[in-house]
Amino acid sequence: MSATKALTDGWVVAQRNVIKIKRVPEVLVFVLISPIMFVLLFAYVFAGAIQVPAGVDYKEFLVAGIFAQTVVFGATFTGAGLAEDMQKGIIDRFRSLPMSRSAVLVGRTTSDVVYNVCSLVIMALTGLLVGWRIREGALDALLGFALLLVFAYSISWIMAWVGLIVPSVDVVNNASFVVIFPLTFLSNAFVPLEAFDGVLKTIVEWNPVSSLTQASRELFGNTGGQPPPSEAFSMEHPAVYTLIWSALFVAVFVPLSVRQFKRTSK
Amino acid sequence: MTAMIQAQGLVKRYKEVTALAGLDLEVPEGTVLALLGPNGAGKTTAVRCLTTLLRPDEGSAVVAGVDVLADPTEVRRRIGLSGQYAAVDEHLTGFENLTMVGRLYGMGKKQARERARELLERFALSDAGDRPSKTYSGGMRRRLDLAGALVSAPPVLVLDEPTTGLDVRARQQMWDVIRDLVTSGATLLLTTQYLEEADKLADDIVVIDHGRAIAQGTADQLKAQTGGERLELVVAEAHEVDTATRLLAGVAMGEVQRDERTLTATVDDGQAALARLLADLRDQPVTVLEVGLRRPTLDDVFLALTGRVAEADDQSPEAHEKQQEVPA
Repeated sequence: MSATKALTDGWVVAQRNVIKIKRVPEVLVFVLISPIMFVLLFAYVFAGAIQVPAGVDYKEFLVAGIFAQTVVFGATFTGAGLAEDMQKGIIDRFRSLPMSRSAVLVGRTTSDVVYNVCSLVIMALTGLLVGWRIREGALDALLGFALLLVFAYSISWIMAWVGLIVPSVDVVNNASFVVIFPLTFLSNAFVPLEAFDGVLKTIVEWNPVSSLTQASRELFGNTGGQPPPSEAFSMEHPAVYTLIWSALFVAVFVPLSVRQFKRTSK
Repeated sequence: MTAMIQAQGLVKRYKEVTALAGLDLEVPEGTVLALLGPNGAGKTTAVRCLTTLLRPDEGSAVVAGVDVLADPTEVRRRIGLSGQYAAVDEHLTGFENLTMVGRLYGMGKKQARERARELLERFALSDAGDRPSKTYSGGMRRRLDLAGALVSAPPVLVLDEPTTGLDVRARQQMWDVIRDLVTSGATLLLTTQYLEEADKLADDIVVIDHGRAIAQGTADQLKAQTGGERLELVVAEAHEVDTATRLLAGVAMGEVQRDERTLTATVDDGQAALARLLADLRDQPVTVLEVGLRRPTLDDVFLALTGRVAEADDQSPEAHEKQQEVPA
Protein backbone atom coordinates (compact mmCIF):
# COMPACT_ATOMS: atom_id res chain seq x y z
CA MET A 1 0.00 0.00 0.00
CA SER A 2 1.64 3.23 -1.15
CA ALA A 3 1.64 6.36 1.00
CA THR A 4 -0.25 8.24 -1.74
CA LYS A 5 -3.03 5.65 -1.74
CA ALA A 6 -3.18 5.84 2.07
CA LEU A 7 -3.58 9.62 1.92
CA THR A 8 -6.17 9.48 -0.88
CA ASP A 9 -8.17 6.85 1.03
CA GLY A 10 -8.04 8.94 4.19
CA TRP A 11 -9.20 11.95 2.21
CA VAL A 12 -12.10 10.00 0.65
CA VAL A 13 -13.28 8.89 4.10
CA ALA A 14 -12.88 12.46 5.42
CA GLN A 15 -15.11 13.72 2.59
CA ARG A 16 -17.71 11.15 3.56
CA ASN A 17 -17.63 12.42 7.17
CA VAL A 18 -17.99 16.02 6.02
CA ILE A 19 -21.06 15.08 3.94
CA LYS A 20 -22.48 13.63 7.17
CA ILE A 21 -21.91 16.93 9.00
CA LYS A 22 -23.96 18.61 6.27
CA ARG A 23 -26.73 15.98 6.41
CA VAL A 24 -27.03 16.04 10.21
CA PRO A 25 -26.38 19.70 11.03
CA GLU A 26 -27.94 19.33 14.50
CA VAL A 27 -24.64 17.93 15.75
CA LEU A 28 -22.76 20.98 14.52
CA VAL A 29 -25.24 23.30 16.23
CA PHE A 30 -24.49 21.73 19.61
CA VAL A 31 -20.77 21.72 18.90
CA LEU A 32 -21.01 25.46 18.37
CA ILE A 33 -23.34 26.35 21.22
CA SER A 34 -21.20 24.99 24.03
CA PRO A 35 -18.16 27.20 23.32
CA ILE A 36 -20.41 30.27 23.15
CA MET A 37 -21.81 29.24 26.48
CA PHE A 38 -18.33 28.81 27.95
CA VAL A 39 -17.13 32.21 26.76
CA LEU A 40 -20.20 33.94 28.18
CA LEU A 41 -20.26 32.03 31.47
CA PHE A 42 -16.61 32.53 32.29
CA ALA A 43 -16.50 36.09 31.03
CA TYR A 44 -19.39 37.17 33.22
CA VAL A 45 -19.41 34.75 36.16
CA PHE A 46 -15.71 34.38 36.95
CA ALA A 47 -14.39 37.67 35.62
CA GLY A 48 -14.49 39.34 39.03
CA ALA A 49 -13.52 36.31 41.07
CA ILE A 50 -10.28 35.23 39.46
CA GLN A 51 -7.15 37.27 40.06
CA VAL A 52 -5.11 37.86 36.92
CA PRO A 53 -1.71 39.57 36.54
CA ALA A 54 -1.79 43.35 36.65
CA GLY A 55 -2.39 45.04 33.33
CA VAL A 56 -4.43 42.18 31.90
CA ASP A 57 -8.18 42.13 31.53
CA TYR A 58 -9.70 38.78 32.61
CA LYS A 59 -11.80 38.52 29.47
CA GLU A 60 -8.68 38.88 27.34
CA PHE A 61 -6.85 36.42 29.56
CA LEU A 62 -9.73 33.99 29.38
CA VAL A 63 -10.48 33.69 25.67
CA ALA A 64 -7.26 31.91 24.68
CA GLY A 65 -7.90 29.49 27.57
CA ILE A 66 -11.42 28.79 26.33
CA PHE A 67 -10.03 28.21 22.83
CA ALA A 68 -7.57 25.65 24.17
CA GLN A 69 -10.11 23.92 26.38
CA THR A 70 -12.73 23.70 23.62
CA VAL A 71 -10.48 22.33 20.87
CA VAL A 72 -9.06 19.75 23.27
CA PHE A 73 -12.60 18.73 24.25
CA GLY A 74 -13.43 18.53 20.55
CA ALA A 75 -11.33 15.36 20.40
CA THR A 76 -14.21 13.60 22.10
CA PHE A 77 -16.02 13.78 18.76
CA THR A 78 -13.25 11.79 17.16
CA GLY A 79 -13.58 9.00 19.68
CA ALA A 80 -17.38 9.01 19.61
CA GLY A 81 -17.47 9.18 15.80
CA LEU A 82 -15.13 6.22 15.48
CA ALA A 83 -16.94 4.16 18.11
CA GLU A 84 -20.12 4.80 16.13
CA ASP A 85 -18.47 3.92 12.81
CA MET A 86 -17.27 0.63 14.24
CA GLN A 87 -20.82 -0.38 15.08
CA LYS A 88 -22.26 0.43 11.67
CA GLY A 89 -22.51 -1.93 8.71
CA ILE A 90 -20.37 0.37 6.58
CA ILE A 91 -17.26 -0.75 8.47
CA ASP A 92 -17.60 -4.19 6.85
CA ARG A 93 -17.62 -2.54 3.45
CA PHE A 94 -14.46 -0.62 4.35
CA ARG A 95 -12.79 -3.77 5.64
CA SER A 96 -13.55 -5.71 2.48
CA LEU A 97 -12.04 -3.03 0.24
CA PRO A 98 -8.40 -2.84 -0.85
CA MET A 99 -7.99 0.42 1.03
CA SER A 100 -5.41 1.58 3.53
CA ARG A 101 -6.04 0.20 7.03
CA SER A 102 -5.44 3.68 8.42
CA ALA A 103 -7.97 5.44 6.15
CA VAL A 104 -10.96 5.23 8.47
CA LEU A 105 -8.86 6.77 11.27
CA VAL A 106 -7.09 9.37 9.15
CA GLY A 107 -10.44 10.32 7.62
CA ARG A 108 -12.07 10.74 11.01
CA THR A 109 -9.30 12.80 12.61
CA THR A 110 -9.05 14.96 9.48
CA SER A 111 -12.77 15.68 9.18
CA ASP A 112 -12.93 16.58 12.85
CA VAL A 113 -10.63 19.51 12.10
CA VAL A 114 -13.72 20.99 10.41
CA TYR A 115 -15.54 20.98 13.77
CA ASN A 116 -12.63 22.72 15.44
CA VAL A 117 -12.32 25.35 12.71
CA CYS A 118 -16.04 26.10 13.03
CA SER A 119 -15.91 26.32 16.80
CA LEU A 120 -12.80 28.56 16.73
CA VAL A 121 -14.56 30.97 14.37
CA ILE A 122 -17.68 31.07 16.54
CA MET A 123 -15.66 31.49 19.74
CA ALA A 124 -13.52 34.24 18.23
CA LEU A 125 -16.66 36.15 17.20
CA THR A 126 -18.23 35.69 20.63
CA GLY A 127 -14.93 36.72 22.20
CA LEU A 128 -14.81 39.90 20.15
CA LEU A 129 -18.35 40.71 21.32
CA VAL A 130 -17.44 40.44 25.00
CA GLY A 131 -14.29 42.53 24.65
CA TRP A 132 -11.51 40.18 23.58
CA ARG A 133 -9.06 41.73 21.10
CA ILE A 134 -6.24 40.51 18.86
CA ARG A 135 -3.39 42.87 19.72
CA GLU A 136 -0.52 41.38 17.71
CA GLY A 137 -0.41 41.13 13.91
CA ALA A 138 -2.82 39.09 11.82
CA LEU A 139 -0.04 36.64 10.98
CA ASP A 140 0.66 35.96 14.66
CA ALA A 141 -3.04 35.46 15.27
CA LEU A 142 -3.23 32.96 12.41
CA LEU A 143 -0.25 31.12 13.87
CA GLY A 144 -2.11 31.04 17.19
CA PHE A 145 -5.15 29.42 15.57
CA ALA A 146 -2.93 27.01 13.64
CA LEU A 147 -1.18 25.94 16.85
CA LEU A 148 -4.56 25.28 18.49
CA LEU A 149 -5.63 23.13 15.53
CA VAL A 150 -2.38 21.16 15.43
CA PHE A 151 -2.53 20.35 19.13
CA ALA A 152 -6.22 19.43 18.88
CA TYR A 153 -5.42 17.13 15.96
CA SER A 154 -2.80 15.29 18.00
CA ILE A 155 -5.22 14.89 20.94
CA SER A 156 -7.87 13.54 18.58
CA TRP A 157 -5.56 10.59 17.86
CA ILE A 158 -5.58 9.75 21.57
CA MET A 159 -9.36 9.77 21.54
CA ALA A 160 -9.38 7.77 18.29
CA TRP A 161 -7.55 5.04 20.16
CA VAL A 162 -9.98 5.32 23.07
CA GLY A 163 -12.90 5.13 20.63
CA LEU A 164 -11.53 1.84 19.29
CA ILE A 165 -10.88 0.14 22.62
CA VAL A 166 -14.18 0.95 24.34
CA PRO A 167 -17.42 -0.73 23.35
CA SER A 168 -19.77 2.22 22.85
CA VAL A 169 -20.23 5.90 22.18
CA ASP A 170 -21.47 6.55 25.72
CA VAL A 171 -18.32 5.11 27.22
CA VAL A 172 -16.21 7.35 24.98
CA ASN A 173 -18.04 10.39 26.30
CA ASN A 174 -17.51 9.35 29.90
CA ALA A 175 -13.90 8.36 29.35
CA SER A 176 -13.10 11.63 27.69
CA PHE A 177 -14.66 13.51 30.57
CA VAL A 178 -12.39 11.74 33.01
CA VAL A 179 -9.26 12.42 30.96
CA ILE A 180 -9.91 15.77 29.37
CA PHE A 181 -11.59 17.57 32.24
CA PRO A 182 -8.60 17.40 34.60
CA LEU A 183 -6.22 18.04 31.70
CA THR A 184 -7.89 21.33 30.83
CA PHE A 185 -8.67 22.47 34.37
CA LEU A 186 -5.23 21.66 35.79
CA SER A 187 -3.88 24.32 33.45
CA ASN A 188 -3.59 28.07 33.20
CA ALA A 189 -6.62 28.21 30.89
CA PHE A 190 -8.96 29.77 33.45
CA VAL A 191 -6.72 30.52 36.42
CA PRO A 192 -3.24 32.07 36.06
CA LEU A 193 -0.22 29.90 36.87
CA GLU A 194 0.69 32.23 39.74
CA ALA A 195 -2.43 31.12 41.61
CA PHE A 196 -1.15 27.52 42.00
CA ASP A 197 1.27 26.21 44.64
CA GLY A 198 3.67 23.34 45.12
CA VAL A 199 3.17 20.11 43.19
CA LEU A 200 0.01 21.42 41.58
CA LYS A 201 1.96 24.37 40.23
CA THR A 202 4.55 22.03 38.68
CA ILE A 203 1.83 19.96 37.05
CA VAL A 204 0.11 23.04 35.65
CA GLU A 205 3.44 24.47 34.52
CA TRP A 206 4.32 21.41 32.44
CA ASN A 207 0.80 20.55 31.24
CA PRO A 208 0.81 21.01 27.45
CA VAL A 209 -2.63 22.61 27.66
CA SER A 210 -0.96 25.36 29.71
CA SER A 211 1.77 25.88 27.14
CA LEU A 212 -0.84 25.89 24.37
CA THR A 213 -2.80 28.55 26.24
CA GLN A 214 0.33 30.58 27.01
CA ALA A 215 1.47 30.41 23.36
CA SER A 216 -1.97 31.48 22.13
CA ARG A 217 -2.07 34.39 24.59
CA GLU A 218 1.31 35.57 23.36
CA LEU A 219 0.38 35.20 19.67
CA PHE A 220 -2.93 37.04 20.13
CA GLY A 221 -1.22 39.68 22.29
CA ASN A 222 -3.31 39.01 25.39
CA THR A 223 -0.53 38.93 27.99
CA GLY A 224 -0.68 42.63 28.71
CA GLY A 225 3.04 42.81 28.02
CA GLN A 226 3.79 40.62 31.03
CA PRO A 227 6.80 38.28 30.87
CA PRO A 228 6.17 34.50 30.92
CA PRO A 229 4.75 33.46 34.31
CA SER A 230 7.67 31.09 35.00
CA GLU A 231 11.16 30.30 33.81
CA ALA A 232 10.30 26.72 32.92
CA PHE A 233 11.00 25.74 29.31
CA SER A 234 7.30 25.09 28.79
CA MET A 235 6.50 28.72 29.58
CA GLU A 236 9.59 30.33 28.05
CA HIS A 237 9.03 28.55 24.72
CA PRO A 238 5.38 27.52 24.90
CA ALA A 239 4.82 27.05 21.15
CA VAL A 240 7.84 24.78 20.72
CA TYR A 241 6.94 22.83 23.85
CA THR A 242 3.35 22.37 22.61
CA LEU A 243 4.55 21.15 19.21
CA ILE A 244 6.86 18.61 20.87
CA TRP A 245 3.87 17.15 22.72
CA SER A 246 1.78 17.14 19.55
CA ALA A 247 4.47 15.23 17.69
CA LEU A 248 4.78 12.81 20.59
CA PHE A 249 1.02 12.13 20.73
CA VAL A 250 0.90 11.51 16.98
CA ALA A 251 3.99 9.30 17.03
CA VAL A 252 2.54 7.13 19.80
CA PHE A 253 -1.18 7.07 19.09
CA VAL A 254 -1.26 6.77 15.28
CA PRO A 255 0.46 3.35 15.31
CA LEU A 256 -1.46 2.28 18.43
CA SER A 257 -4.80 3.18 16.84
CA VAL A 258 -4.02 1.56 13.49
CA ARG A 259 -2.95 -1.61 15.29
CA GLN A 260 -6.14 -1.59 17.36
CA PHE A 261 -8.24 -1.05 14.22
CA LYS A 262 -6.67 -4.08 12.59
CA ARG A 263 -7.09 -6.17 15.72
CA THR A 264 -10.80 -5.52 16.12
CA SER A 265 -11.40 -7.34 12.84
CA LYS A 266 -9.88 -10.59 14.00
CA MET B 1 -11.64 -26.17 -14.21
CA THR B 2 -9.78 -24.01 -11.72
CA ALA B 3 -11.24 -23.41 -8.30
CA MET B 4 -11.82 -19.71 -7.64
CA ILE B 5 -12.49 -20.33 -3.98
CA GLN B 6 -10.74 -23.10 -2.15
CA ALA B 7 -10.80 -23.52 1.60
CA GLN B 8 -9.24 -26.28 3.61
CA GLY B 9 -9.85 -27.15 7.22
CA LEU B 10 -11.06 -23.72 8.34
CA VAL B 11 -11.35 -23.52 12.11
CA LYS B 12 -12.53 -20.54 14.10
CA ARG B 13 -13.11 -20.72 17.83
CA TYR B 14 -14.58 -18.18 20.19
CA LYS B 15 -14.39 -18.58 23.92
CA GLU B 16 -17.00 -21.26 24.40
CA VAL B 17 -18.18 -21.70 20.84
CA THR B 18 -16.54 -23.35 17.87
CA ALA B 19 -17.94 -21.45 14.91
CA LEU B 20 -16.01 -23.37 12.26
CA ALA B 21 -14.84 -26.90 12.93
CA GLY B 22 -12.75 -27.73 9.89
CA LEU B 23 -14.70 -26.52 6.88
CA ASP B 24 -13.62 -27.45 3.35
CA LEU B 25 -15.04 -25.65 0.33
CA GLU B 26 -14.36 -25.54 -3.36
CA VAL B 27 -16.04 -23.29 -5.90
CA PRO B 28 -14.99 -23.85 -9.55
CA GLU B 29 -14.67 -20.81 -11.80
CA GLY B 30 -17.94 -19.47 -13.17
CA THR B 31 -20.16 -21.52 -10.86
CA VAL B 32 -22.41 -20.74 -7.93
CA LEU B 33 -22.04 -22.47 -4.59
CA ALA B 34 -24.68 -22.07 -1.92
CA LEU B 35 -23.75 -22.53 1.70
CA LEU B 36 -26.98 -23.72 3.27
CA GLY B 37 -27.55 -23.91 6.98
CA PRO B 38 -29.61 -22.63 9.90
CA ASN B 39 -28.75 -19.58 11.97
CA GLY B 40 -25.57 -20.18 13.89
CA ALA B 41 -24.29 -22.93 11.60
CA GLY B 42 -21.16 -20.91 10.85
CA LYS B 43 -22.11 -19.50 7.45
CA THR B 44 -21.26 -15.90 8.23
CA THR B 45 -18.04 -16.88 9.98
CA ALA B 46 -16.99 -18.84 6.88
CA VAL B 47 -17.76 -15.86 4.66
CA ARG B 48 -15.82 -13.52 6.93
CA CYS B 49 -12.79 -15.80 6.86
CA LEU B 50 -12.85 -16.05 3.07
CA THR B 51 -13.23 -12.29 2.61
CA THR B 52 -10.35 -11.35 4.98
CA LEU B 53 -12.64 -9.84 7.61
CA LEU B 54 -11.71 -12.55 10.06
CA ARG B 55 -8.57 -14.57 10.54
CA PRO B 56 -9.21 -18.30 10.91
CA ASP B 57 -7.45 -20.05 13.81
CA GLU B 58 -6.51 -22.95 11.57
CA GLY B 59 -6.73 -23.92 7.93
CA SER B 60 -6.04 -22.13 4.70
CA ALA B 61 -7.97 -20.49 1.91
CA VAL B 62 -7.12 -19.36 -1.61
CA VAL B 63 -9.54 -16.93 -3.25
CA ALA B 64 -9.15 -15.87 -6.89
CA GLY B 65 -5.66 -17.38 -6.86
CA VAL B 66 -4.47 -15.46 -3.81
CA ASP B 67 -3.79 -16.79 -0.33
CA VAL B 68 -6.19 -15.11 2.09
CA LEU B 69 -3.75 -15.16 4.99
CA ALA B 70 -0.62 -14.19 3.06
CA ASP B 71 -1.96 -11.30 0.98
CA PRO B 72 -5.35 -10.07 2.22
CA THR B 73 -5.11 -6.75 0.37
CA GLU B 74 -4.73 -8.49 -2.97
CA VAL B 75 -7.72 -10.72 -2.15
CA ARG B 76 -9.77 -7.60 -1.38
CA ARG B 77 -8.95 -6.29 -4.87
CA ARG B 78 -10.44 -9.39 -6.43
CA ILE B 79 -13.62 -9.93 -4.45
CA GLY B 80 -16.91 -8.18 -3.92
CA LEU B 81 -18.74 -8.76 -0.65
CA SER B 82 -22.35 -8.05 0.07
CA GLY B 83 -23.25 -8.77 3.65
CA GLN B 84 -26.24 -9.71 5.67
CA TYR B 85 -26.41 -6.23 7.14
CA ALA B 86 -26.40 -3.85 4.19
CA ALA B 87 -23.03 -2.13 4.41
CA VAL B 88 -24.10 1.26 3.15
CA ASP B 89 -23.73 4.65 4.77
CA GLU B 90 -27.25 5.80 5.47
CA HIS B 91 -26.44 9.51 5.43
CA LEU B 92 -24.88 9.30 1.99
CA THR B 93 -26.93 9.08 -1.19
CA GLY B 94 -26.77 5.94 -3.29
CA PHE B 95 -24.56 7.78 -5.75
CA GLU B 96 -22.21 9.02 -3.03
CA ASN B 97 -21.98 5.55 -1.50
CA LEU B 98 -20.95 3.96 -4.79
CA THR B 99 -18.60 6.79 -5.76
CA MET B 100 -16.85 6.46 -2.41
CA VAL B 101 -16.42 2.72 -2.88
CA GLY B 102 -15.02 3.29 -6.39
CA ARG B 103 -12.53 5.83 -5.08
CA LEU B 104 -11.44 3.41 -2.37
CA TYR B 105 -10.84 0.78 -5.04
CA GLY B 106 -8.38 3.30 -6.45
CA MET B 107 -10.48 4.72 -9.29
CA GLY B 108 -10.18 8.36 -10.31
CA LYS B 109 -13.07 10.71 -9.52
CA LYS B 110 -14.50 10.68 -13.03
CA GLN B 111 -14.29 6.93 -13.43
CA ALA B 112 -15.83 6.33 -10.00
CA ARG B 113 -18.75 8.64 -10.80
CA GLU B 114 -19.43 7.03 -14.17
CA ARG B 115 -19.33 3.57 -12.64
CA ALA B 116 -21.70 4.68 -9.86
CA ARG B 117 -24.28 5.98 -12.37
CA GLU B 118 -23.95 2.83 -14.42
CA LEU B 119 -24.60 0.56 -11.43
CA LEU B 120 -27.52 2.67 -10.16
CA GLU B 121 -29.08 2.31 -13.60
CA ARG B 122 -28.48 -1.44 -13.65
CA PHE B 123 -30.04 -1.98 -10.23
CA ALA B 124 -33.07 0.24 -10.90
CA LEU B 125 -31.90 2.84 -8.39
CA SER B 126 -31.37 5.76 -10.77
CA ASP B 127 -34.41 7.68 -9.52
CA ALA B 128 -33.37 7.24 -5.91
CA GLY B 129 -29.67 7.75 -6.62
CA ASP B 130 -29.49 11.26 -5.20
CA ARG B 131 -31.50 10.59 -2.06
CA PRO B 132 -29.81 9.66 1.24
CA SER B 133 -29.91 5.87 1.44
CA LYS B 134 -31.70 5.92 4.79
CA THR B 135 -34.85 6.76 2.81
CA TYR B 136 -34.51 3.48 0.87
CA SER B 137 -36.62 0.38 1.41
CA GLY B 138 -34.94 -2.81 2.64
CA GLY B 139 -34.80 -4.23 -0.87
CA MET B 140 -33.30 -1.04 -2.31
CA ARG B 141 -30.66 -0.95 0.40
CA ARG B 142 -29.68 -4.54 -0.36
CA ARG B 143 -29.45 -3.76 -4.06
CA LEU B 144 -27.28 -0.74 -3.29
CA ASP B 145 -25.07 -2.91 -1.13
CA LEU B 146 -24.79 -5.48 -3.89
CA ALA B 147 -23.96 -2.70 -6.36
CA GLY B 148 -21.18 -1.71 -3.95
CA ALA B 149 -19.77 -5.20 -4.19
CA LEU B 150 -19.72 -4.95 -7.99
CA VAL B 151 -18.02 -1.58 -8.37
CA SER B 152 -14.71 -3.05 -9.48
CA ALA B 153 -16.35 -5.89 -11.45
CA PRO B 154 -14.57 -8.51 -9.31
CA PRO B 155 -14.18 -12.08 -10.58
CA VAL B 156 -15.39 -13.50 -7.25
CA LEU B 157 -18.56 -12.44 -5.48
CA VAL B 158 -19.57 -13.40 -1.97
CA LEU B 159 -23.15 -12.77 -0.89
CA ASP B 160 -24.04 -13.39 2.74
CA GLU B 161 -27.76 -14.13 3.06
CA PRO B 162 -28.69 -11.72 0.27
CA THR B 163 -32.45 -12.04 0.80
CA THR B 164 -32.85 -12.59 4.55
CA GLY B 165 -35.44 -10.18 5.86
CA LEU B 166 -36.77 -9.17 2.45
CA ASP B 167 -40.42 -9.52 1.47
CA VAL B 168 -41.46 -11.85 -1.33
CA ARG B 169 -41.35 -9.25 -4.08
CA ALA B 170 -37.97 -7.84 -3.07
CA ARG B 171 -36.65 -11.39 -2.83
CA GLN B 172 -37.78 -12.16 -6.38
CA GLN B 173 -36.10 -8.98 -7.64
CA MET B 174 -32.91 -9.92 -5.84
CA TRP B 175 -32.96 -13.37 -7.40
CA ASP B 176 -33.30 -11.85 -10.86
CA VAL B 177 -30.34 -9.58 -10.19
CA ILE B 178 -28.22 -12.48 -8.93
CA ARG B 179 -29.14 -14.65 -11.93
CA ASP B 180 -27.95 -11.87 -14.24
CA LEU B 181 -24.63 -11.79 -12.43
CA VAL B 182 -24.19 -15.49 -12.88
CA THR B 183 -24.84 -15.32 -16.61
CA SER B 184 -22.14 -12.68 -16.91
CA GLY B 185 -19.64 -15.27 -15.68
CA ALA B 186 -18.84 -14.34 -12.11
CA THR B 187 -17.94 -17.00 -9.57
CA LEU B 188 -20.34 -16.77 -6.69
CA LEU B 189 -20.51 -17.99 -3.12
CA LEU B 190 -23.78 -17.31 -1.39
CA THR B 191 -25.09 -18.26 2.00
CA THR B 192 -28.74 -18.84 2.69
CA GLN B 193 -31.20 -20.34 5.12
CA TYR B 194 -33.63 -21.21 2.34
CA LEU B 195 -33.40 -24.41 0.37
CA GLU B 196 -35.59 -22.83 -2.31
CA GLU B 197 -33.08 -20.02 -2.77
CA ALA B 198 -30.14 -22.41 -3.04
CA ASP B 199 -32.22 -24.47 -5.46
CA LYS B 200 -33.01 -21.48 -7.68
CA LEU B 201 -29.57 -19.94 -7.79
CA ALA B 202 -26.83 -22.45 -7.11
CA ASP B 203 -25.08 -25.14 -9.16
CA ASP B 204 -23.89 -26.83 -6.05
CA ILE B 205 -24.99 -26.79 -2.43
CA VAL B 206 -23.01 -27.42 0.72
CA VAL B 207 -25.11 -27.98 3.81
CA ILE B 208 -23.36 -26.90 6.98
CA ASP B 209 -24.11 -27.45 10.62
CA HIS B 210 -21.99 -26.72 13.68
CA GLY B 211 -19.26 -25.29 11.46
CA ARG B 212 -18.83 -28.39 9.37
CA ALA B 213 -20.07 -29.53 5.96
CA ILE B 214 -22.58 -32.34 6.45
CA ALA B 215 -23.69 -32.84 2.86
CA GLN B 216 -22.82 -31.63 -0.60
CA GLY B 217 -24.43 -31.94 -3.99
CA THR B 218 -26.75 -30.39 -6.51
CA ALA B 219 -30.20 -29.37 -5.40
CA ASP B 220 -31.61 -32.49 -7.06
CA GLN B 221 -29.15 -34.78 -5.36
CA LEU B 222 -29.93 -33.28 -1.98
CA LYS B 223 -33.63 -33.52 -2.58
CA ALA B 224 -33.28 -37.12 -3.60
CA GLN B 225 -31.39 -37.66 -0.37
CA THR B 226 -34.03 -35.74 1.48
CA GLY B 227 -36.77 -37.57 -0.34
CA GLY B 228 -38.45 -35.10 -2.66
CA GLU B 229 -41.91 -33.75 -2.03
CA ARG B 230 -43.86 -33.85 1.20
CA LEU B 231 -47.50 -34.73 1.57
CA GLU B 232 -49.01 -33.07 4.58
CA LEU B 233 -52.33 -33.81 6.22
CA VAL B 234 -54.10 -32.17 9.15
CA VAL B 235 -57.10 -33.89 10.72
CA ALA B 236 -59.74 -32.45 13.04
CA GLU B 237 -59.90 -34.98 15.89
CA ALA B 238 -57.20 -36.80 17.86
CA HIS B 239 -58.94 -40.16 17.47
CA GLU B 240 -58.74 -39.83 13.69
CA VAL B 241 -54.94 -39.67 13.69
CA ASP B 242 -54.38 -43.43 13.64
CA THR B 243 -56.63 -44.05 10.66
CA ALA B 244 -55.14 -41.10 8.79
CA THR B 245 -51.61 -42.33 9.53
CA ARG B 246 -52.43 -45.73 8.13
CA LEU B 247 -53.84 -44.20 4.94
CA LEU B 248 -50.93 -41.79 4.48
CA ALA B 249 -48.43 -44.62 5.04
CA GLY B 250 -50.15 -46.43 2.18
CA VAL B 251 -49.08 -43.78 -0.35
CA ALA B 252 -45.81 -42.64 1.26
CA MET B 253 -42.22 -43.74 0.59
CA GLY B 254 -41.02 -43.71 4.16
CA GLU B 255 -42.20 -43.28 7.67
CA VAL B 256 -45.05 -40.92 8.57
CA GLN B 257 -44.03 -38.07 10.90
CA ARG B 258 -46.67 -37.18 13.48
CA ASP B 259 -46.93 -33.87 15.24
CA GLU B 260 -50.23 -33.66 17.16
CA ARG B 261 -52.85 -33.78 14.42
CA THR B 262 -50.43 -32.92 11.59
CA LEU B 263 -49.02 -35.81 9.59
CA THR B 264 -46.20 -35.54 7.09
CA ALA B 265 -44.67 -38.10 4.76
CA THR B 266 -42.25 -38.13 1.87
CA VAL B 267 -43.83 -39.14 -1.42
CA ASP B 268 -42.36 -40.09 -4.75
CA ASP B 269 -44.84 -38.78 -7.29
CA GLY B 270 -46.63 -36.06 -5.35
CA GLN B 271 -49.60 -35.55 -7.60
CA ALA B 272 -50.41 -39.25 -7.91
CA ALA B 273 -49.95 -39.82 -4.18
CA LEU B 274 -52.26 -36.92 -3.35
CA ALA B 275 -54.96 -38.23 -5.71
CA ARG B 276 -54.73 -41.70 -4.17
CA LEU B 277 -54.83 -40.38 -0.63
CA LEU B 278 -57.92 -38.29 -1.34
CA ALA B 279 -59.63 -41.29 -2.94
CA ASP B 280 -58.77 -43.46 0.09
CA LEU B 281 -60.01 -40.80 2.50
CA ARG B 282 -63.42 -40.56 0.84
CA ASP B 283 -64.83 -43.70 2.50
CA GLN B 284 -63.26 -43.12 5.92
CA PRO B 285 -64.66 -41.36 9.01
CA VAL B 286 -61.85 -38.77 9.01
CA THR B 287 -62.39 -34.99 8.93
CA VAL B 288 -59.59 -33.46 6.90
CA LEU B 289 -58.79 -29.84 7.76
CA GLU B 290 -55.86 -29.41 5.39
CA VAL B 291 -54.12 -31.52 2.84
CA GLY B 292 -51.43 -30.58 0.37
CA LEU B 293 -48.05 -31.01 -1.23
CA ARG B 294 -45.00 -28.98 -0.39
CA ARG B 295 -41.40 -28.96 -1.45
CA PRO B 296 -38.82 -29.97 1.12
CA THR B 297 -37.60 -27.12 3.29
CA LEU B 298 -34.33 -26.65 5.05
CA ASP B 299 -35.98 -28.30 8.04
CA ASP B 300 -36.68 -31.40 5.97
CA VAL B 301 -33.13 -31.49 4.64
CA PHE B 302 -31.87 -31.23 8.18
CA LEU B 303 -34.20 -33.82 9.48
CA ALA B 304 -33.10 -36.17 6.76
CA LEU B 305 -29.39 -35.46 7.24
CA THR B 306 -29.12 -35.12 10.97
CA GLY B 307 -32.31 -36.62 12.31
CA ARG B 308 -33.13 -33.41 14.12
CA VAL B 309 -34.86 -30.13 13.37
CA ALA B 310 -32.72 -27.18 12.27
CA GLU B 311 -32.99 -24.87 15.20
CA ALA B 312 -31.12 -21.66 15.77
CA ASP B 313 -29.83 -21.63 19.31
CA ASP B 314 -29.34 -18.33 21.07
CA GLN B 315 -25.68 -18.99 21.63
CA SER B 316 -25.07 -18.97 17.90
CA PRO B 317 -21.53 -18.22 16.80
CA GLU B 318 -22.89 -15.34 14.74
CA ALA B 319 -24.45 -13.69 17.73
CA HIS B 320 -21.28 -14.39 19.61
CA GLU B 321 -19.15 -12.91 16.91
CA LYS B 322 -21.09 -9.66 16.96
CA GLN B 323 -20.23 -9.25 20.61
CA GLN B 324 -16.62 -10.06 19.92
CA GLU B 325 -16.16 -7.38 17.32
CA VAL B 326 -15.66 -4.55 19.74
CA PRO B 327 -13.63 -5.97 22.60
CA ALA B 328 -14.22 -4.31 25.92
